[in-house]
Amino acid sequence: MSDDKPTAPHFGAIIGAGVPRIDGPDKLSGRAHYAADQQPADLVYGYGVFSTIASGKVSQLSVARARQMPGVIEIFHHGHFPKLYRSPSSFAQGNKVEETRLPFEDERIYYAGQFVALVVADTFENARAAAREVEVSYAEDHALANLDQGVAAHGTRAGRGDHSRGDAAAAFDSAAQRIDVTYRTPVETHNPMEMHASTAWWERDHLTIFDASQGVVMARNALSKIFAIPPERVTVHAPYIGSGFGSKLWTWPHAVATAAAARELGRPVQLVVPRAQMFTTTGHRPETRQRLRLATDGNGKLVSLRHESINTTSFTDQYVETCGSVTKSLYSCPHLTVSHATTQVNRGTPTSMRAPGAAPGLFALESAVDEMAVAVGADPLAFRLDNYAERDESLDLAFSSNHIVEATQRAAERFGWDERSAEIGSMRQGREIVGYGMAACNWEALKRPCDARVSLRADGTALASCATQDIGTGTYTIVAQAVSDLTGLPLERITVELGDSSYPDGPVSGGSWATATTLPAIAKAARVALDEMKRYATGTNGAFAGVASDELEVAEGGLRNADGKQVSFADILGAARYGSADGEAHTEGADAQYSYRSFGAHFVEVRWDPGISHLRVARVVSAIDVGRVINETTARNQVEGAIVMGVGMGLFEATEYDARNGRPVNNDYAEYVVPVHADQPEVDVILLDYPDTRFNEYGARGIGEIGITGLAAAVANAVYHATGKRIRELPITLDKLMDDVPEARTA
Amino acid sequence: MRAFDYARAENPAAAIAAHGSDGQAAFLAGGTTLLDLVKLDVMQPRKVVDINGVALDRIESLDDGRLRIGAMVTNTALARDKRVVEDYAVLSQALLAGASTQLRNKATTGGNLMQRVRCPYFRDGVSACNKREPGSGCAAIGGVNRSVHAVLGTSDSCIAAHPSDMCVAMAAIGAKVQVEGPEGRREIDFADFHLLPGDTPQREHALAPGELITHVVLDAPLAGSRSAYLKLRDRQSYQFALASSAVIVQMDGNTVREARVALGGVGTKPWRAPEVEAALKGEPASEQRFADAAKLAFEHAVAYSHNAYKIPLGQQAIVRNLTDLTIA
Ligand SMILES: Cc1cc2nc3c(=O)[nH]c(=O)nc-3n(C[C@H](O)[C@H](O)[C@H](O)COP(=O)(O)OP(=O)(O)OC[C@H]3O[C@@H](n4cnc5c(N)ncnc54)[C@H](O)[C@@H]3O)c2cc1C
Ligand code: SF4
Repeated sequence: MSDDKPTAPHFGAIIGAGVPRIDGPDKLSGRAHYAADQQPADLVYGYGVFSTIASGKVSQLSVARARQMPGVIEIFHHGHFPKLYRSPSSFAQGNKVEETRLPFEDERIYYAGQFVALVVADTFENARAAAREVEVSYAEDHALANLDQGVAAHGTRAGRGDHSRGDAAAAFDSAAQRIDVTYRTPVETHNPMEMHASTAWWERDHLTIFDASQGVVMARNALSKIFAIPPERVTVHAPYIGSGFGSKLWTWPHAVATAAAARELGRPVQLVVPRAQMFTTTGHRPETRQRLRLATDGNGKLVSLRHESINTTSFTDQYVETCGSVTKSLYSCPHLTVSHATTQVNRGTPTSMRAPGAAPGLFALESAVDEMAVAVGADPLAFRLDNYAERDESLDLAFSSNHIVEATQRAAERFGWDERSAEIGSMRQGREIVGYGMAACNWEALKRPCDARVSLRADGTALASCATQDIGTGTYTIVAQAVSDLTGLPLERITVELGDSSYPDGPVSGGSWATATTLPAIAKAARVALDEMKRYATGTNGAFAGVASDELEVAEGGLRNADGKQVSFADILGAARYGSADGEAHTEGADAQYSYRSFGAHFVEVRWDPGISHLRVARVVSAIDVGRVINETTARNQVEGAIVMGVGMGLFEATEYDARNGRPVNNDYAEYVVPVHADQPEVDVILLDYPDTRFNEYGARGIGEIGITGLAAAVANAVYHATGKRIRELPITLDKLMDDVPEARTA
Repeated sequence: MRAFDYARAENPAAAIAAHGSDGQAAFLAGGTTLLDLVKLDVMQPRKVVDINGVALDRIESLDDGRLRIGAMVTNTALARDKRVVEDYAVLSQALLAGASTQLRNKATTGGNLMQRVRCPYFRDGVSACNKREPGSGCAAIGGVNRSVHAVLGTSDSCIAAHPSDMCVAMAAIGAKVQVEGPEGRREIDFADFHLLPGDTPQREHALAPGELITHVVLDAPLAGSRSAYLKLRDRQSYQFALASSAVIVQMDGNTVREARVALGGVGTKPWRAPEVEAALKGEPASEQRFADAAKLAFEHAVAYSHNAYKIPLGQQAIVRNLTDLTIA
């Protein structure tokens, strides 16, 4: 494993401290206003009419009755909608959208829950009531309702992110031990608490939109393309987001429809996506089928690994779930192939959901590794320790910092893995059979280019701004911590402004890269502002006139010279009658010298009570190596939350579609089962906290996603240990574990 | 949501008068079923009669040992009532196993009796559904039917499970539903209150048009009995039963003198299982006997594409509940 350079100890205690979220009080007291809380004067409300078929076209659409309903102002549909333009959807240009088709482009229906009309009325209730009166007839085609149907109908199309080294097929054929297994994961839906919502208005050709967005800059640029106006004439606001899990990374049809309606009507329009449509028209994690072929030599060393995955995508766009992204580099293996393909089905376009690729991919890989360990008669822990990669063999680069062995060992020890008796079903407690399982977790570390501004102000406060977002994860707080650390100002005198596309360009809040991307830019801007402050202080009438700038040091929100004379920023600025000392900065993405990844391991205890077919996750111990932890509280919260989400992925979550017509059937919050408090296991998270200073000066790699990767596999492996049943299709519901289930009578 | 007239009634007679019997009106109790389905456009009353002011919110002990519960007593109040906790533990537990705290605070005894099925094809407003639109077919047969569909009492017209937990406990306890309507008052035996779907799944209960439930009167508790409700589901709270059992047993040493068993989640109505009760009577308490008896409840069960597991799961609900009450 690579060694870490010693870190320059220039960070104070506030970096890493578990300070409470600075936006907490506003959220708790209702002062935090979200996209649907905006109430501009003259506001009117939109409500969608959504397709009830999954494939075909609108053959007739009549608004006559709806128009008679009280309060109706306008009804848009494919025959009545302004001409807009598609965004090129380029990540590099910063205008990516996931569903490139615009709302109401034509009469085609690609999925159930697609917008077919938008009613605008004076109140939300009137808009909803009138939406029901829009009469739509369809010419329905046979829908492709799931992955198997898609593959059977038209096969697959190559995806991206493939990798090959050595000759995996030949090595497999001549290997001592092999397994060839297929795993499946269902559609999962993000279901953030806050529903997608947009409030939009136009003033003199300028679009202002409050959107539940994880990427205000990306949304601004996409909307500028869609409305064919310069990006300066679009402002996207997302000061608060009730989480997103990836579903709010890109601009979806409802935001486009809202902005277009506002322009047509010349007044503000608000649209909230109903919960049922949060399952259809704002993305989801696609269904996957993954074939894993693993082989070992006589010593239990992996010699061949193939991970071939197929995921469902829409008929409008190709979304690739890169299930093999982690497989390329987690284990050392000379002969390895990873491939991704997609198949089109009649569902909306999928999108990134927390740890895209890795979450379903590691369910398959880490289940298969467990199966391989069993096949060679090895302890799954020892098997992993024997096979973990020491360098990234896919990139042929050293890891910038990798402590997976320590993470695995520490978690194993805390968990009590050595008390595991290997025999299936051999550990019992009362009526319950205890199962122990483990899995590695892994996530790519990314750092993007970023701009930021920091102002030290005459009133003794600092203002930091960046057009990134805080999606509930703590970005506001860690930015304030960084500014406090560099300026010596207390947190309560630091204002952080995020979520506004007119601020300096910042990253989308996704990929776990917001921290590693934003903090260096903030730090650089703060240093520029401090240099400016020193110039003011050492100028003709300054408090330190005549002193050389480099003799001054920053102390407690002011500057101090070698004699101990200390003057606050406020006084320095006051003396010069300046309002602020400002710093703007740009930082680049990470260089390609190393492979940057985060690592960890989950250990899971499940309990299976065969007498009532009850399965529960009783305990999870996870050790995570994500570089430096910036805020102990919010970091831990991310991992714990991801573990809970992983329990949901393992045991409950699946968006179900009727195989006959492609309609979702459990698209509400009662029937789409996620864990509740009563399902929470005992969770123990160890944060290793080794700064990765090769990655950025803070040594932080980001922590939002890694916690969910591997968790479902650890659960499945524990279930196998308890029951002897290898469940290769998520979720692991009780019916899959029961014996003696009779045959069904009918189809 | 469509516009409707709204009236507030001060007493049962006024409520009944305001409601009328043309089938166009609905009583509004807690609203947790009604308003939900109105917003989904599945229920479309022209008139809503709010009965929150009718003063049917008392729980009274009757001289004959029975307990009379006003239709407007909330699920929370009923579950926490001392007499219920002590004499009808199964009912208190069933109520607390249902829904969420917020819902139970609003939901009422009468409304719970009248709650509609959770079948997604019923709720989506567009699929073929004989209950919502008689004669249109049943999309659940051959569709997704894992969680909220039944294996007992189904028909080729409808397979939706009755969703209530409370009613399962009442089915085991035995009760009378007191109603008042345009034709006066009457009493319906609890067992006859909910109807099997047959080929008229749109008819769910024995109320005549315009009749108001005023009370539910529980049979006197079985002397010296113990009772419990066991609800099995995927997650541990806030989910309807995949299978549940309400069990009341009266023991004579180690022998079952009398048992009452009802099932939830598996039947198209709250499902009393007399064949299980008969098989248990006079038998020694043992897991094997319980398992043999539990089988009898499912002799005529019909499994659909995704819910065959409910047949063994329902038996487990009975066996574990009985075991915990008598052996464990
Ligand atoms: C998300 C969710 C989860 C739930 N989970 C569960 C669960 O796990 N277990 C469970 O058992 N239940 C569950 N419920 C259902 C809940 O228990 C019922 O919605 C509730 O009991 C209905 O009572 P209410 O007073 O709100 O009825 P309302 O919604 O007011 O009325 C329901 C129906 O009964 C009629 N009605 C009401 N009172 C009378 C009366 N006195 N006479 C004649 N007709 C009347 C109304 O006209 C209406 O048709 C859940 C509900 C929701 C929304
Ligand atoms: S099961 Fe009953 S409620 Fe569901 S679709 Fe069939 S008829 Fe309708």
